[in-house]
Amino acid sequence: MRNVLEQLINGLSTGSIYALIALGYTMVYGIAKMINFAHGDIIMVGAYALYVVSLLLHIPVIPSMILTVIICAILGITVEKVAYKPLRKAPPLAVLITAIGVSYFLQNLSLLIFKATPIPFQSVIQVPSISIGGLNISGVTLVTLIITIISMVILTLFINKTKAGSAMRAVSEDKGAAELMGINVNRTISMTFAIGSALAAVAGILYICQYQSLRPTLGALPGIKAFVAAVLGGIGNVPGAMLGGIVLGIIESMSKAYISTELSDAIVFGVLVIVLLVKPTGLLGKRKSEKV
Amino acid sequence: MKKVVSLMLIAAMTVGLTACGSKTEEAASTDAAAEETEAGEEAEGETAATDGEKFVIGGLGPLTGAAASYGISVKQGAEIAVKEINENGGVQVGDTTYTLELNFADDEASEDKVITAYNSLMDSGINALLGCVTSGACLAVIDQTYADGILQITPSGSAMGCTEYDNAFRLCFTDPLQGVTMADYAVDELGFTKIAIIYNNADEYSTGIMEAFVEEAESKGAEIVANEAFVTDDVDFKTQLTSIKATDAEVIFVPAYYQDATYITQQAKDLGMELPFLGSDGWDGVLSTVTDPTTVEDAVFLSPFLASDPAVADFVSAYEEAYGATPDQFAADGYDTVYVIKAAMEQAGSIESADLIAAMTEIQVDGLTGSVKFTADGEPEKGAKFVVIKDGEYTAK
Amino acid sequence: MKVNKKILVRALAVILGYALITVLLKSGMLNRQYTSLLVPIGVNIMLAVSLNLVTGFLGELSLGHAGFMSIGAYAGALFTLHTDLPDGLNIIVAMIVGGLMAALFGFVIGVPVLRLQGDYLAIVTLAFGEIIKSVLNALKFTNGPKGLSKIPLLSNYQHYTLVFVVMVITVLIITNIVDSRHGRAVCSVRDNYIAAESIGISVSRFKIMAFVIGAFFAGVAGVLYAHNVGIIKPTTFDYNKSIEILVIVVLGGMGSIRGSIISAIILTVLPEVLRGADNMRMLLYSIVLIAMMLFNQSGFKERMMERIAASKQQKAGE
Repeated sequence: MRNVLEQLINGLSTGSIYALIALGYTMVYGIAKMINFAHGDIIMVGAYALYVVSLLLHIPVIPSMILTVIICAILGITVEKVAYKPLRKAPPLAVLITAIGVSYFLQNLSLLIFKATPIPFQSVIQVPSISIGGLNISGVTLVTLIITIISMVILTLFINKTKAGSAMRAVSEDKGAAELMGINVNRTISMTFAIGSALAAVAGILYICQYQSLRPTLGALPGIKAFVAAVLGGIGNVPGAMLGGIVLGIIESMSKAYISTELSDAIVFGVLVIVLLVKPTGLLGKRKSEKV
Repeated sequence: MKKVVSLMLIAAMTVGLTACGSKTEEAASTDAAAEETEAGEEAEGETAATDGEKFVIGGLGPLTGAAASYGISVKQGAEIAVKEINENGGVQVGDTTYTLELNFADDEASEDKVITAYNSLMDSGINALLGCVTSGACLAVIDQTYADGILQITPSGSAMGCTEYDNAFRLCFTDPLQGVTMADYAVDELGFTKIAIIYNNADEYSTGIMEAFVEEAESKGAEIVANEAFVTDDVDFKTQLTSIKATDAEVIFVPAYYQDATYITQQAKDLGMELPFLGSDGWDGVLSTVTDPTTVEDAVFLSPFLASDPAVADFVSAYEEAYGATPDQFAADGYDTVYVIKAAMEQAGSIESADLIAAMTEIQVDGLTGSVKFTADGEPEKGAKFVVIKDGEYTAK
Repeated sequence: MKVNKKILVRALAVILGYALITVLLKSGMLNRQYTSLLVPIGVNIMLAVSLNLVTGFLGELSLGHAGFMSIGAYAGALFTLHTDLPDGLNIIVAMIVGGLMAALFGFVIGVPVLRLQGDYLAIVTLAFGEIIKSVLNALKFTNGPKGLSKIPLLSNYQHYTLVFVVMVITVLIITNIVDSRHGRAVCSVRDNYIAAESIGISVSRFKIMAFVIGAFFAGVAGVLYAHNVGIIKPTTFDYNKSIEILVIVVLGGMGSIRGSIISAIILTVLPEVLRGADNMRMLLYSIVLIAMMLFNQSGFKERMMERIAASKQQKAGE
């Protein structure tokens, strides 16, 4: 039983990272109606940016974290402007291929700059682990969990309560109508990408504090798994992404521990397939009918 | 319109192919590779008559891609050896003196790329092959090198099949031998009886060592209390470590590369585990990727080469001067392989491939990775060296 | 008359192409490096053309093409490793086995998955590619991570005739499908599936048909790949391989068979010419993906076409 609880905590620790990444994914999908395949790689950029800023440029921790978030937000806006905006009216296929291209571009660029050999990077968050009834929860996991919850709450409030949030929801419903209502669609979508990428930067910072090793492909697999989490929770749904991330982390950890480590990735992707086939709207998603 | 275009397409295809063909005018014949090498030698004989004979060593290894660091190390190590030998007057074979030349091609550690890479080497003419650096590529190319009858020595291809044919030799330990050696050491020398293992199930090297280790350790009466798998690119090992934590294991054996070992040791510490670690030769380099050296303190692993060893100081300083980096075992393997080829040339008294191959079993080379002889099966006979991490430094055990 | 001429020209082109390869090979004008590229070129053409059927014509992005290729490769290799037929027959049966196996998986995966659309379908095919890879890794009879080795080299450059013939058959079949009634139905599904459905086209049937045929030929290409290289591992057929095939299709132009063929040749030969610059190659691929999509959408091509058409008209007017 103790072992099961420990494995649950392990699941929580990976799940909280997935959840944070999934928040950004789900938000961009919900508003821009596209899978930003490069989201995972923005996490990677965030991790490297923190490394460069804090370790190579010797900027203190807090300002360098803020700088990292700003760098990623700017990157997100740039990617959107250069690669996605011209394709606003293109078929979804073209947008998806471009997104894959962007993801590949970021990965290979950092491969050229930083090489394939992993770079060790000491965690910048030093929080002691706590122990409840003999169960050990690491400090970074706790911080990740708290930040994910805070991000989720702020994001939900932002989308539902602010003017900019309403604009986003309007753009998500109907770009043309939103434009007629006097909403600047381009600026709204840019802001969506900025926020999504800023969340990715936060995820990157926490990821690197947890795993302490940088490599160009670090964002790819968590990115895809976070997408699975977003779908599981109902894509476009912010609390759903949080729930999906945690559930996925626990599924992964449990299947590794009690079914088979080799097949755990297969199980995770199997979950995606089953969710899409049985309940495509996910755990918390709403159903929408297709219009001509 | 369509037909015209389809015609053009075929034309484009053929033009493409002719263009490629005419690029290398050497008119290399595609069959009978023995002919090939002879032709190459003749051509060199003509051109090199004035400034001494040339002996070209072809090299194969990944210079780009995820495994690039291994290939680059082997190449640089081999370059040091070639330079050293040439500066000392080359290789004396009978009455002729040969200068060595290294022609290293990138195989990207991929099974299909290695074939074209090898063929491009054969097109340019090589006398012996140093490679491949990785097992998979090596297995893919051995049929061709055998058909060509060329001497092939892999510095680091540790899979069993790499030396299947008579023309192929290897400098490093095989995976199973490494597993057996580690098991003997863990049980006999260190006295562990309850052992946990974490291995990479998607990697041939890791599974090869693990299987032999389990068999040997169990035959010696030790108990494998946990055998946990992971797959390439995994970064989270907490689940496996938690499972091990629930057992009464005394030691964790991790036959994997240093990148994986970095995550595993770090996370073990995060989970509050204080078990000692045993590793395979892939651990070499782990100190440069851990953030906290205490996580790998007291870890023991097999390594043929230790850069802090005074006996190899000359090589280390030459390497550092040339490339600005500390050489690893792959560099040492590359270096030694060139000296093995040199010894074979001298022993054979000829540079015919068949003579070189025959000479291989008669030579003994005192290299950076120890004194080595070769069996007729192509396997090296050399002692195992162990390294232990003490106070954040690699030390000889 | 017109149709006959078309067929004639195509046949002539095929024969010319074959004759040229033979002459180059037999006369020794091709060196060994480029000789060993002949089969990979053929395999890549087959992969690209079959993916083009799914992505270019059907309009669904499949990111699991390497998965189907791996099923074909494993099925075919297991067949030749465990049977003792004469070589020629062996490889042909292996291709059929590999192709059918891949098609079967294509069907099993396709039926549920093709109910999804666009982005979801892409992600699910990606997921299936990964699932296939990890299952191959875990299975005993596929020899886990070590993969299969000692596969007889029944389709290496010495058997270039076979590879060439299979490649031509693949291209012909897919071209014919595209040109046929069924092909137009498939295109209509791409352009507007609701409209297609409303005029009585069974959308899901055509989707599955295209998907299964694409999987079949990817499987056959996998068999040829396995019997050219002689060793296959699960990691060979990863996500990157699927992307590589996608890059070929995108560069050649989605929905253009001859584009796929030309770009398959270029993208197989180019890395050999630029050997040693592999890191740059992947970066270049990503730029190709982005640039091609932006270019297609920019309307530049349309304007060029219009201008050409206009100048032609002008000439005709003079």
